[in-house]
Amino acid sequence: MNRLFVNKLILGLSTLSAVIGIGFLFWILITLSYKGITSIHWSTFTNDLVEGGIRNLLVGQFTMAILASFLAVPLGMMAGIYLREYGHGSKLASVIRNLSDVMMSAPSIVIGVFVFALLVDPFGGYNGWAGIVALAIMMIPIIISTTDNMLALVPKELREAGIALGGSKHKIILQIVIKAAKVGITTGILLSFARIIGETAPLLFTSANNQFFTMDLNGQFPSLTVSIYNLATYPDEASRELAWAASFILTMIVLCINLIGRFVIRNKK
Amino acid sequence: MAESIVMDVRDFSFTYPGVEKPSLKKINLPIKENKITAMIGPSGCGKSTLLRAMNRIHDLYPGNTYEGEINLYKANGEKENILKIKKENDFIRLRQEVGMIFQKPTPFPMSIFDNVAYGLRLAGIKNKTELQDRVETALKGAAIWNETKDRLNESALGMSGGQQRRLCIARAVALKPRVLLFDEPTSALDPISTGAIEELIAEIKDEVSVVIVTHNMQQASRLSDYTAFMYLGELIEYDDTEKIFLNPGEKLTEDYITGRFG
Repeated sequence: MNRLFVNKLILGLSTLSAVIGIGFLFWILITLSYKGITSIHWSTFTNDLVEGGIRNLLVGQFTMAILASFLAVPLGMMAGIYLREYGHGSKLASVIRNLSDVMMSAPSIVIGVFVFALLVDPFGGYNGWAGIVALAIMMIPIIISTTDNMLALVPKELREAGIALGGSKHKIILQIVIKAAKVGITTGILLSFARIIGETAPLLFTSANNQFFTMDLNGQFPSLTVSIYNLATYPDEASRELAWAASFILTMIVLCINLIGRFVIRNKK
Repeated sequence: MAESIVMDVRDFSFTYPGVEKPSLKKINLPIKENKITAMIGPSGCGKSTLLRAMNRIHDLYPGNTYEGEINLYKANGEKENILKIKKENDFIRLRQEVGMIFQKPTPFPMSIFDNVAYGLRLAGIKNKTELQDRVETALKGAAIWNETKDRLNESALGMSGGQQRRLCIARAVALKPRVLLFDEPTSALDPISTGAIEELIAEIKDEVSVVIVTHNMQQASRLSDYTAFMYLGELIEYDDTEKIFLNPGEKLTEDYITGRFG
């Protein structure tokens, strides 16, 4: 009797917790959708921030995130390959692996401050490059860890079979092992991209923001997330509406990238 | 007629990194040309370790200690101690001469054709017609040409377990190695697929010399010409298969093959 009661109690409590968690999520999504959709107009996409739109912000955010990926993906993947394929149990590899895990949970504002000291202060002002580097620093540990973990799933027999056919180690890694881990690594890259596309803190005092359309990375660079942060604090109704619209669009973008990631996993496995 | 020897293991000892005692102690074993040599023995006796030393797959992981000699006799009669190999190119050449088939099927994540062509391309064959010819010959040799000829461009990962094993054999045979090492090629296979693989091994021995590690004593007795019995890192007895199974010289061998231990 007592056992059944405890069982019901635990079941009830965990269901309640789940409902509360999901409840908040839906609350956020519903508010966001309601306020966001009603604030979106055609001009939101065609105008720049100075005219009450987010065109330059979207372009700026994607430019920085994509360029950051160009920096972070090769570096992260090569580091991951080193950890799994070459470091193999060495002290250095385990130190790097641990540091990279610590980096993954580093507060993003700290990364922002670091890049400020490195690339903003000495160069006399906010610039797009600094934003790109800050985003790349956020991305690298995620990609290192996914690459490392996905390569670990590739059976060692596959490497041995390649070696046994006369392949050299680097050829086996590039032509067989990476291919076998392709789906997992691609998904990891997509998810890390989704992560950085919504980041504000690393951009806040690196690339800052720009009201106008620009592709000049040497100056302040437009960004959606920093704009949301700014717009939300403005007193006028129009700015706050634009902040809702931008938040909704950003959420949809992140959601889409995540869904694509899951879709890739499901279809390739 | 004296049978010629293709590989010759002499006073060979092997120690894994970080272990005090050698896993193989002073092994002496000849591998005869175009014959099947079986290695039997209980788990952990070192038979796979010995097999993996014969094309130095161990070197994928650093820190192993080799002592003694393993000689590979070339077609022209020259011999080479494969334990002396240090250069990458020589390793590649060794593995093209001494191929290996693993316990688990290991198709590469690419098409059936590319799987078989992989080793050939590594060997430097670029000519398309030559590649096609040799892939076809290899697949025929491994008795899966009929099943695969219409789907050469499909992924090898979609094949059944038995087909994947035969694909791996085709892949190794394609390089025309002088010796093929099989590490329990039929473990966890049903009797029909096992029969197919055994038949295949018996057929390819006209072309290559075969060394096979097996837990299955019936398999060793029906398939091999020579049998080596290993126990605790030592070679206890090596002789004609018939002799080992009918009239073993050592008490230990007799106990093992009659199932008294192991």
